[in-house]
Amino acid sequence: MSEAVDTAPVASAPRRPLEASGALGLLLVAPALAIVALFFALPLGLSVIGAFLDKEGNATLANVAKAYELYTTDFLFTIGIVSLSAVLIAAVAIAIAGYLTLGENPRALAALRWLYRWPLFIPFIVAGQLMRGFLAKNGTLNHVLIAGGLIDPLAAQSVLDWRGIVIAFVWKQAPFVTLLVAGAMASLDRQHVEAARNLGAPRWRVLFEIVLPQVRGTLLVGVVLSFVTMLSVLSVPLMINPNSPTMITVDIAYRINTHADYGVANALCLASLALAAAGAWFYLHHAVARAEAA
Amino acid sequence: MNALRLSPNRIVSGMLVALMVGLLAFAIFGPLVNLALWAFAERWYFPNRIPSDFGFSFWARVFSPRGGAVAALGSSVWIAILTVVLSLAVAVPAGYALARLKLRWRGLILLAFLLPQAVPNLPVYVNIARVFYEIGLAGTVAGVVLVHASHGLVLAVWIASAAFAAVDASLEEAARNLGASPLACFRTVTLPLAAPGLMASAIFVFLESLDEFTGTYFVGVPDVMTLPLLMFNASMGGNYQIASITALLLLVPSVGFMLVVERFLKADVLAMVGR
Repeated sequence: MSEAVDTAPVASAPRRPLEASGALGLLLVAPALAIVALFFALPLGLSVIGAFLDKEGNATLANVAKAYELYTTDFLFTIGIVSLSAVLIAAVAIAIAGYLTLGENPRALAALRWLYRWPLFIPFIVAGQLMRGFLAKNGTLNHVLIAGGLIDPLAAQSVLDWRGIVIAFVWKQAPFVTLLVAGAMASLDRQHVEAARNLGAPRWRVLFEIVLPQVRGTLLVGVVLSFVTMLSVLSVPLMINPNSPTMITVDIAYRINTHADYGVANALCLASLALAAAGAWFYLHHAVARAEAA
Repeated sequence: MNALRLSPNRIVSGMLVALMVGLLAFAIFGPLVNLALWAFAERWYFPNRIPSDFGFSFWARVFSPRGGAVAALGSSVWIAILTVVLSLAVAVPAGYALARLKLRWRGLILLAFLLPQAVPNLPVYVNIARVFYEIGLAGTVAGVVLVHASHGLVLAVWIASAAFAAVDASLEEAARNLGASPLACFRTVTLPLAAPGLMASAIFVFLESLDEFTGTYFVGVPDVMTLPLLMFNASMGGNYQIASITALLLLVPSVGFMLVVERFLKADVLAMVGR
């Protein structure tokens, strides 16, 4: 083994100069970087600048003022929906991943492992359509609740409001976070878990006091990524709850499609970027706190 | 040891677990069953629990030339293929450089490739649509492909880089010691060994493009009609059968990929993501 390493530099001597300068690497990365720069970073920059320009291209704060005046309710509504969804996603992910790690019933484990992943690659727009049918007054949810005697047929109502958006988001995103968290939990050292179990600690205590603290970073990454993703989903709120109060993505599409008003649309985009930045800050804050604690 | 002892406690907890798994199964499959019922419903009014008539007449409508599903499916697949080709053409070299070569500003470059996944996309789509409108790319397949690729290649770069990093470097050294040129070594050793990971990234990009809605909604109008757009229009138009049938078409690749993904994406590659 050490011989191979020793002879390697001699054998690969001819390719050293190009590689050593790092030029080859940059050359290979350049096309991909160019596409991201031109078709992602540039329009992102235009969005931020556009928030402060009027239709003639002069600097103004009118867009931001108008967005604030018209859409503050929707902004708060968006924060509420996305935050509630993020919390529920985390709860579902912890419950399922926790049982997958600490559960003992082999049949339940097999069923759970097979079950939870189904929505993983289903796009938001299909999730929206699924919920439009499932949660409607005439949907399967109400029929099952009625058949089970849980609600009166006359009391059946549609859940297609803010609750529908939250349900669609959790349904679609929870498997992703569960997959991440379950993976992290599976790679943990089982020693502490076994020790605690042998000392008679109940499973929920092992989960919350031993397992969860060790996978907090992974959970946070998954939840923050989901938070940012949900912030810019247009299809689900458009399909489930397009009327005010609604999410700001719907307002952005409305300003553009109906009024060609890019100024206010970009001011709203700025608000959603600020929310994403808050999510990133939340993640970094916790990551730093964890690093300091360690 | 005590798994065989059936104490009342154990029976209760067993029933509780069964109840929870059952509820989860209902939460996951309830919406899917509901969609399947709608796809085959001829008529379905409240308070009927299931459609009063089943049939295929809406399927015939969707797949008739005027229904547009065949054309939309065709352009969806064509756009997805072009997106995969473009994404992999730039992501494979970039992934290799990130995994194997000395690279200045490596951390910064990795961060740049994280950007499209970590920033809300709507601001980008809205403004790129405006730029494309001015340079004549709005409403074209090329415009839609560029938007899909700028998002998809990021995933491809990360997975490709992980796949290359998971290749045992001593095999490459051996090939080089036996006299293979750098290019021959890459072509005959590195590339075949990284192939499953690259395949996975290709499928990811394909699916993401096939399912993409928001970017196409802004950049593709009015001439590019993909399956997600067709589904959206049918749904907003209140035609549940046609929306459900197109949604079902979109579900097939998503669920299929979910069932086989582990064969392509092995743990050794996953462990290298982001290194």
